[in-house]
Amino acid sequence: MHDRAYTADEMMTVAAARALKDGTVCFVGIGLPSAAANLARLTHAPDIVLIYESGTIGTKPNVLPLSIGDGELAETADAVVSVPEMFRYWLQGGRIDVGFLGAAQLDRFGNINTTVIGPYDKPKVRLPGAGGAPEIATSAHEIFIMLRQGPRAFVDKLDFVTSVGFATGGDSRVRLGVATRGPTLVVSDLGILTPDPETRELTLTSLHPGVDVERARAATGWPLKVAARLDTTPPPTPDELEALRALNQRTARAHGSDA
Amino acid sequence: MAEIVSLRDAVANLIKDGDSVAMEGFTHLIPHAAGHEVIRQGRRDLTLIRMTPDMIYDQMIGMGCARKLVFSWGGNPGVGSLHRLRDAVEQGWPAPLALEEHSHAAMANAYDAGAAGLPFAVLRGYLGTDLPAHNKTIKSVICPYTGEKLATVPALRPDVAVIHAQKADRRGNVLLWGIVGVQKEAVLAAKRAIVTVEEIVDALDAPPNAVVLPRWTVDAVCLEPGGAHPSYAQGYYKRDNAFYKAWDPIARERDTFLDWMKRHVLGTDTFAEYRASLGRETVHA
Repeated sequence: MHDRAYTADEMMTVAAARALKDGTVCFVGIGLPSAAANLARLTHAPDIVLIYESGTIGTKPNVLPLSIGDGELAETADAVVSVPEMFRYWLQGGRIDVGFLGAAQLDRFGNINTTVIGPYDKPKVRLPGAGGAPEIATSAHEIFIMLRQGPRAFVDKLDFVTSVGFATGGDSRVRLGVATRGPTLVVSDLGILTPDPETRELTLTSLHPGVDVERARAATGWPLKVAARLDTTPPPTPDELEALRALNQRTARAHGSDA
Repeated sequence: MAEIVSLRDAVANLIKDGDSVAMEGFTHLIPHAAGHEVIRQGRRDLTLIRMTPDMIYDQMIGMGCARKLVFSWGGNPGVGSLHRLRDAVEQGWPAPLALEEHSHAAMANAYDAGAAGLPFAVLRGYLGTDLPAHNKTIKSVICPYTGEKLATVPALRPDVAVIHAQKADRRGNVLLWGIVGVQKEAVLAAKRAIVTVEEIVDALDAPPNAVVLPRWTVDAVCLEPGGAHPSYAQGYYKRDNAFYKAWDPIARERDTFLDWMKRHVLGTDTFAEYRASLGRETVHA
């Protein structure tokens, strides 16, 4: 991609931002989802409602927060509520359209791990843990997931299921008693995956410009299913790139180092 | 009933070895000054409770204050791992650390249940996750009205809650605003409560519906301006994001961590002295 005028991360962020419709009520995870959700707000979705688990509802930060509770989020919010209220009334109460999550590991059914690499009691890597994700994954009406694609991230078997997607596929999510739709979209730096309507296995449906199927397969720890009709993601527009880069530059300045 | 006392006296009188201690703050108003005082006074065998353990719990764990952590997300937000927490979990240094791990929704509900005097909290949660397999306190009930299976967790009833707030008045009534997290619930759930504040004023001038902790819900109020740094106090100072980034290399190795703690925390008597000691050298590397 070095001959292109944008990076793979920029393509990923733009592709994820485009998936958020104007007016959507979106519960935003920190990191990659936060960048994409705010890019959506600054481009095609000015009336998107961004909610962070720190209790900020309808927040409009001028710079990306480093943490889930930066002051910027509270100062620019329509309302700030307590954390118990956030999880009980707003998330569990069914008011969230899209839960937008990142992950350390993802499997073919959109289950995610943010807890440990290796055994739980003797972990190779102790990750931060669940945070709000397990209940976001089951209470938000649908889930978007964003992470960079590689064999250590897109794995055949998760070391730990932190937040459930389609469980073991088919109707297994429903049989767990989960009434919401689950992960309807995964955006990576290589392409876009959506679940098969029957098996619920994530299927490659779009490749970003310059990426071929072999590269996507090599970056996936399971035999990757590819849609019969494979799209090419439209590249970022100049307006999208300008908005994203300006946001990243403001953010880097605000946090006192490279973001 | 709140007494306005020094932080040293509050920690000495209200936090004992072996206590369960919830030092809460959801990114905002994190009680760093109080955490340092616990380290200086050498508390041991604490059960530390917090939804989002970050730098101050990393320091307390690395200095050997804790034997157990009850939490739902442990990291340096936007930066990466807590290296001292990881070292304790992965290598047992400086001491093994037992984990009781939850989701945010469950811990928020558990504090709420504690404040409400209930034995447990109920939520639509933990569906499909592996957490209940590793945390036996997570159970379930069948709703008597609908038949729905719902998750339960025991109420959180800490021995001590410690929070930081913007203001107290001279009688010890406390006001906080901005991102208020679970601080009110933690204080009302706990047997004892310590509040550090940015300033002590004649009148709170709290608007109706503000988060006010009346003086009779709090045991000690301690004046500690800047006591949430490097987290922030809305209306007083911003989150020092550069400091959170600078913490990562300091905490990565045991010797650099211990050296830093000795120079800045053990080698100072108060949070004000600690802040002055930071000014004498570059920490924002």
